[in-house]
Amino acid sequence: MSDTWIILGATSSIARTTARRLAENGATLLLAGRDMVDLEATAADAKARGATAAEAVAFDARDPATFQPILDRAAKEDGTLNCAVFVGSMPEQSEIDANPALLDGVITDSFTGPAGFLQRLAPMMEERCSGTIIGLSSVAGDRGRLGNYVYGGAKSGFTTYLSGLRNRLARSGVHVVTVKPGPVDTAMTWGLDALPFMTTPEKVTDDILKAARKKKNVVYTAGIWRLVMLVIRAVPEPIFKKMKI
Amino acid sequence: MRWKSDTYTGWGRALSAAGEKARPERQNHLAAIAASEPAPAIGNCRSYGDACLNDGGKAIDTTKLDRILSFDAETGMVEVEAGLTLGDLAKIYAPQGWLPAVMPGTGFATVGGAIAMDVHGKNHHNLGSFGQHVEDITLLQGDTERTITAKNKALFQATIGGLGQTGIISKATLRLQRCKGDVMMVTERRAEGWDQFLDLLDRSEATYTVGWIDATAQGDKLGRGILEEAETGAGLVPAPKKSKAIPTDAPGFALSKPIVRTFNEAYYRRVPASGRTVVKPIQDFFFPLDRIHDWNRLYGKRGFHQFQCVVPIAEAPALRAMLDLIAQSGLASPLAVLKRMGPGRAGYLSFPMEGYTLAVDFPNSTEARKLITRLEEMTTEASGRIYFAKDALATPERVQAMYPDLSRWQKEVAKADPGGALATDLIRRLKLRDPA
Repeated sequence: MSDTWIILGATSSIARTTARRLAENGATLLLAGRDMVDLEATAADAKARGATAAEAVAFDARDPATFQPILDRAAKEDGTLNCAVFVGSMPEQSEIDANPALLDGVITDSFTGPAGFLQRLAPMMEERCSGTIIGLSSVAGDRGRLGNYVYGGAKSGFTTYLSGLRNRLARSGVHVVTVKPGPVDTAMTWGLDALPFMTTPEKVTDDILKAARKKKNVVYTAGIWRLVMLVIRAVPEPIFKKMKI
Repeated sequence: MRWKSDTYTGWGRALSAAGEKARPERQNHLAAIAASEPAPAIGNCRSYGDACLNDGGKAIDTTKLDRILSFDAETGMVEVEAGLTLGDLAKIYAPQGWLPAVMPGTGFATVGGAIAMDVHGKNHHNLGSFGQHVEDITLLQGDTERTITAKNKALFQATIGGLGQTGIISKATLRLQRCKGDVMMVTERRAEGWDQFLDLLDRSEATYTVGWIDATAQGDKLGRGILEEAETGAGLVPAPKKSKAIPTDAPGFALSKPIVRTFNEAYYRRVPASGRTVVKPIQDFFFPLDRIHDWNRLYGKRGFHQFQCVVPIAEAPALRAMLDLIAQSGLASPLAVLKRMGPGRAGYLSFPMEGYTLAVDFPNSTEARKLITRLEEMTTEASGRIYFAKDALATPERVQAMYPDLSRWQKEVAKADPGGALATDLIRRLKLRDPA
């Protein structure tokens, strides 16, 4: 009997390195996302690297009809059920400013979609009295700023949601980890201007799984971001509103 | 697909390129780039010279496409994405009793790169080159994806060892080789001089055979070194030694003559005169230098060159003369390898030929470049050839004469990539695609 992990947004860079590590530890993986051909490749790779089983399942944060089949599939697995959430989208803020209709999609992908899924998953995990939920939020959610306040707003909502979910599930022995990565060297940041304290998906995976093992509640990765955000949050609003960071 | 401006180098760091790179993570993203903005594919840039460079142009980094797509435990047939490294492949399958049939000296080489260079390993005398164990290759040619096998004769032979010029290699199926387990039994013994070394190489019946040669020893000691013969085995695996990194460029004197001489003396004497047998984890035997990340920084900012040639058996005296010249120059680093090659080769531009191959690293300098030019001349006189994966200095005329099947390769490449979108710095420097 192996641990089962639902990976939401399994085509993302960090999801892939995390799935790979879980596979090496013999987990059963349900790889959820939209690009089924790519998910099948990741599933095959996971099996080759030691996963007990790995399966691609269709998931679209913007289509709640895709949620239940995944939960039904997960219910068939005995033992500990876990979920890691890597979904989200981050168009340039300028694009959203030019086309306000884009806002809904960002909020759905980065907050309400995954929260809607977790809301349905929570009772199953409560019933089993075990398991871990890893939610990938962002340092962008710690304070709204000029450069990406819609994405930041969505992630801020997701962070708050995870905090409440942790409060609820702790009573049943289910642990919730909130992960706040700074910039990571992935397809999402490739070719953008140089970003500070850039880390790698492999390092983020290390940090995430260590946090889950040690039952940490909120983890920043790279760790320096805890300090950076402490400073940024401390800047008084009258000053902050004039800053451009 | 976003492009990122970057300055990058080959492993030797003597040459560099500035240009834009894409790094797709999905096959359909790679296919979209191949269709709209085709550019040469590069892997981990373990080629020493400019085979992996496209100065002023674009390049597609395939290292994130590194998944295993299928494996047949009966036949050992494994389909992988082109960016998977051979080190990963060995690490995953050795415990299950399979190894890539051919592994070069670094585990960081990707499958795509190993095909494009038709690399060889320490078992070339037994199993031939990498390309001889490739079942099929998936190529992206513009908006066309095609999977080719040995049945596609000319295109297959133009692709293996073909320097990436027939299309972007996106996937491949390899035939893995059975192995006994993931440890190596390695017998090391001294060769006191050139003649004894060749004799030991000729008589070796081991699956894996390689020689370290002291490229600074002169006189009676010319050609002395250590012969390593190895077999795979099962048993308790000693834990691989932890990897270390070279944090910064080393100063120029780090590889000066007295230091190299002293190091080589000690390295030679480390093996007792009577020889010894040791057990090593496979990666320590196949990829001894991979444990030291970025070891190329030991050569400092100026970078280094590796000279590698192969000459026919009968031309062994010419190779001895080259080694003599190298020893007299005092320019060599401790990294020098002598090996006997079999006839195995799979492509028109494959490097191997039956004979002896010598590879020596030199810190980059005017004298070293001059010496390498002279060594290339001597290689030509000896009917030998030099290796594109290592070369950064050769001239078109001399190299073209070393590859008799060049015109057949050119014919296929002209059909496969008529616009020349896949040309690299090496292709342009050596005018490989210009019809004679």
